[in-house]
Amino acid sequence: MKSFEYVIKDELGIHARPAGMLVKEVKKFESKITIQKGGKIVEASKLMALMGMGVKCGDRITITAEGADEDAAIEQMEAFMKNNL
Amino acid sequence: MKTYKGKSVYKGITMGNVIVLKDRELQVKRCRIEDAAAEAARVEEAGKEAKLQLQKLYDKALKEVGEANAAIFEVHQMMLEDEDYLESIHKMIQTELVNAEYAVAVTGDNFSEMFASMDDGYMKERAADVKDISNRLVKILQGQEEVDFSAINPSVIVAEDLSPSETVQMDKEKILAFVTVHGSTNSHTAILARMMNIPALVGVPMDLQEIHSGTKAVVDGFAGEITFDPSEGLCGQTQKRMEDEKEKAQLLQTLKGIQTITLDGKKIHLYANIASVGDVGYVLENDAEGIGLFRSEFLYLGRNDFPTEEEQFQAYKQVAQMMAGKKVIIRTLDIGADKQVDYFNLGQEDNPAMGYRAIRICLKQPEIFKTQLRALLRAAAFGNLSIMYPMITSVEEVQQVYVIVKEVQEELDAFQIPYKIPEQGIMIETPAAVMVSDELAELVDFFSIGTNDLTQYTLAVDRQNARLDDFYNPHHKAILKMIQMVVDNAHKCGKWAGICGELGADLELTEAFVKMGIDELSVAPSMVLKIRKRICEIKA
Repeated sequence: MKSFEYVIKDELGIHARPAGMLVKEVKKFESKITIQKGGKIVEASKLMALMGMGVKCGDRITITAEGADEDAAIEQMEAFMKNNL
Repeated sequence: MKTYKGKSVYKGITMGNVIVLKDRELQVKRCRIEDAAAEAARVEEAGKEAKLQLQKLYDKALKEVGEANAAIFEVHQMMLEDEDYLESIHKMIQTELVNAEYAVAVTGDNFSEMFASMDDGYMKERAADVKDISNRLVKILQGQEEVDFSAINPSVIVAEDLSPSETVQMDKEKILAFVTVHGSTNSHTAILARMMNIPALVGVPMDLQEIHSGTKAVVDGFAGEITFDPSEGLCGQTQKRMEDEKEKAQLLQTLKGIQTITLDGKKIHLYANIASVGDVGYVLENDAEGIGLFRSEFLYLGRNDFPTEEEQFQAYKQVAQMMAGKKVIIRTLDIGADKQVDYFNLGQEDNPAMGYRAIRICLKQPEIFKTQLRALLRAAAFGNLSIMYPMITSVEEVQQVYVIVKEVQEELDAFQIPYKIPEQGIMIETPAAVMVSDELAELVDFFSIGTNDLTQYTLAVDRQNARLDDFYNPHHKAILKMIQMVVDNAHKCGKWAGICGELGADLELTEAFVKMGIDELSVAPSMVLKIRKRICEIKA
């Protein structure tokens, strides 16, 4: 299991478009990828649940990947977060 | 005649007959079914059809309103594939043996309520997206045709609310305006209306039961009003204003994309002044060639503590990237005088315009200044950024600024943080700076003349004092002579000089400025094309 923390920079937080792009990225991997904010945790492959978390600008989230390709998944997620959120 | 006021989404004016879209709430009956598997298969089929429809809408929107705004239909497609959403529908069918329409409608309501109850304005709007996809599925399941907008005459569309897909489906040629009871300026419908250049009002408190299709209406996006059954007088006025607007729009079209160049071939750099990242849209819309004054105060105002370096870096970088290589001149913080911020603890001053403000704060409290400089230097690596220092009165002040910049540079080097030293210029807004502009020109890359402060300091007229309005004459010869002096001194050192104060947008003076040799004018975005027109008509 691998994970990292990230603080959201995008003004609107995880809004519809990046959430959609994120789900697409996540589905490329076998690993189970989750996003945690405070006490809430959701599977990153679930668009509405992800949007429903209401992640805002400045929120600190933890992204975790578990599975055969977790190293690659985490690397990709880190790059995605930096470029899009 | 009856007028309602709402929030304007797109400023424009129009007049025409109304089409009221009402009773569009879908009627969904709950039925008991025998074959759950067959019902589940219907949902699958409807989902496929819905995705096809959305793909078509995406393609249409892509052509009409661009990729960023079309993306919502891609998101809709993905929402239709959402595991939780589908699971909820299928579970209802299996366990309660209800028809697909009912399962979809209830699931849609539940999910949209989840979004509607969020305390975030943007996410609240997403409730409409969930409703939209659910309604689409239900309509397909019921075998309903989509509302055909192609047959109507050009009309004002009045509705409780419009979904993004309804908005995009409508033929632009057939829509005069959108007016809705619900919706916010954040909604996709609002965004799309803006992109389609269609007057639109949201949040208009009207009762659709009282309004009938075919009624005449005037939609005034400037005042945010819709008037049903307008008087003849109002119709006449509106007609006149529509013609003016049309003329303006045509003028804009012919002036977009052309160079700002005088009849005898002198190129003037025509930039825009902005006060927040959100204004960049107007800059691009009005075809400014860059940003000549980006007031960085917005980062400091309206909050309780200093903005962090990272926050500032992101904002500057975003603007630099959005402007894609065009020049962006960021003025370092100009707090004080008429712009007060509590957490700076500046204290009361008898004469704030001549007080502790702008570069004076930066030189006395370098820790505040350094944070901003670090953010600026880092952001400069991402685009064509320049820095401009306000309220300079002497050579020594510029030298002190450079010492601090050098320190920042060394810190960034020490941590191996990527940065670039951008062009650095100063505002010329004090008579003192004008008088020593020959020496200043050797030190800096450019001058930008702030005519508002220069006028108040030169004429000794307080801008905030309304009793002095008659004495505030920015056309005063003293000011014009000073501008000439500044331009000449800049050119002697091979530097450029521009104007970013209000005077820069004064069409009466454009010709005089060009003849003086001004290299750059930075004006409000809405003035850019008017100034361009003027410059293209004159000789230098």
